[in-house]
Amino acid sequence: MIVRHALLALLSEGPTYGLRLRQEFESRTGEVWPLNGGQVYTTLQRLERDGLVVSEDPEREGPQKTFSLTPAGSEELLAWLRCPPEVLSPPRDEFVIKVLVALRVPGVDLQELLQVHRRHLVELMQRYTRLKGEASEQDLGLGLVVDAQLFRLEGIVRWLDAAGARLAQATPAPLAPAAADPRGSDPAPVDRASPEGRTMDLRGTGRTASEVHP
Amino acid sequence: MSAALELRGVSRAYGSGAAQVRALEAIDLVVRRGELVAIMGPSGSGKSTLLMIAGSLERPSTGEVLIEGARLGDLKADDLARLRRRAVGYVFQDFNLLPGLTAVENVALPLELDGVGARAAQRAGQRILDDLGLGDRAGRFPDELSGGERQRLAIARAMIGERRLLLADEPTGALDSVNGEGVIRLLRAACERGVAGIVVTHDAQLASWADRVVFLRDGRVVDQTSAPAGPESLLPS
Repeated sequence: MIVRHALLALLSEGPTYGLRLRQEFESRTGEVWPLNGGQVYTTLQRLERDGLVVSEDPEREGPQKTFSLTPAGSEELLAWLRCPPEVLSPPRDEFVIKVLVALRVPGVDLQELLQVHRRHLVELMQRYTRLKGEASEQDLGLGLVVDAQLFRLEGIVRWLDAAGARLAQATPAPLAPAAADPRGSDPAPVDRASPEGRTMDLRGTGRTASEVHP
Repeated sequence: MSAALELRGVSRAYGSGAAQVRALEAIDLVVRRGELVAIMGPSGSGKSTLLMIAGSLERPSTGEVLIEGARLGDLKADDLARLRRRAVGYVFQDFNLLPGLTAVENVALPLELDGVGARAAQRAGQRILDDLGLGDRAGRFPDELSGGERQRLAIARAMIGERRLLLADEPTGALDSVNGEGVIRLLRAACERGVAGIVVTHDAQLASWADRVVFLRDGRVVDQTSAPAGPESLLPS
């Protein structure tokens, strides 16, 4: 429903035509949310059907057809802006599910598993940050969109950090040196998050400890 | 890019016997000129110890530290102090500014300690404050500045005198996200001019400004990011 209300918001500034609406939407969202033309025109047709917009030149069709907001559209837009998005029901978070499942899988080094995901997320954050760093600080739309992505990804990294700390607390660190290979030892669950479990083999990446040094 | 900083097999232990704590284990790390490296890890992972050793504020138990090719272990105390004053700048979470000195006096202090005359040092201080957008705050005392301004002042002090290695420990920890971004943008810009930077943090947003993120756990390097793809990879094709 975001596109529907975003189009209403753009039309609240004055009548305009479909192609222009698409360009404005993409420009104001930092061009990270692409729209296809069909999506825009179908949405406009539905808004017109629902009486929320009206076409100013009913004879004309296609990307040059001009639309304007109706009073009902304006009311709908204001109601939508103030309506809290659905955040109460917990999402089926794939990271959480993977870690919960991994707790039961013999031989999985949980700290190393968390690190694989942490690295991937931080690499993604580096790409978004570079996008923000290279854009003009005046590009408010891009800044807001990228910040939203960064805060979302940071939230997952923080959850991974907290999960790592909880797992470390849940399994007291033994006195043995950290060089031991967990896969050759007792695969009992109690050992999986221990320092021995912190293998330098970065599973799933094909990389090893020696390769992570510059 | 040549190496501004190199750690070779650096370990650091505190205490001895059964009470010994091994803060760092066999760290190999190279930071090149113009590169910003973030060190991430949980509390107690050895991040701050690594930074203290990189900046020669602490000695490793074993291993070698080289700043611009000079082995710190081979330097006499005076030479080490001079290298530290001239080549290395430090930024801390709590700013470490001297409350009795004005902004420009705080910034000029490292040059004055290094024997530069007060007037020349303050002229250089004013130039760098101008560059960092603090020119009109030169005569203010630290407690008359906002948190963001104080940290920018600390960065100015860390950068004065053409220092080539900037070390920052949670530099945005006391700031809100917008002021924090202003601070990391300054560090990033310094690196783009050829300075080598290390930022120690547990904050993934701060770390994501770095060219490379190195992950520490229990005193060991366990992973690092590979060079990020360009931002164009995030855009629709």
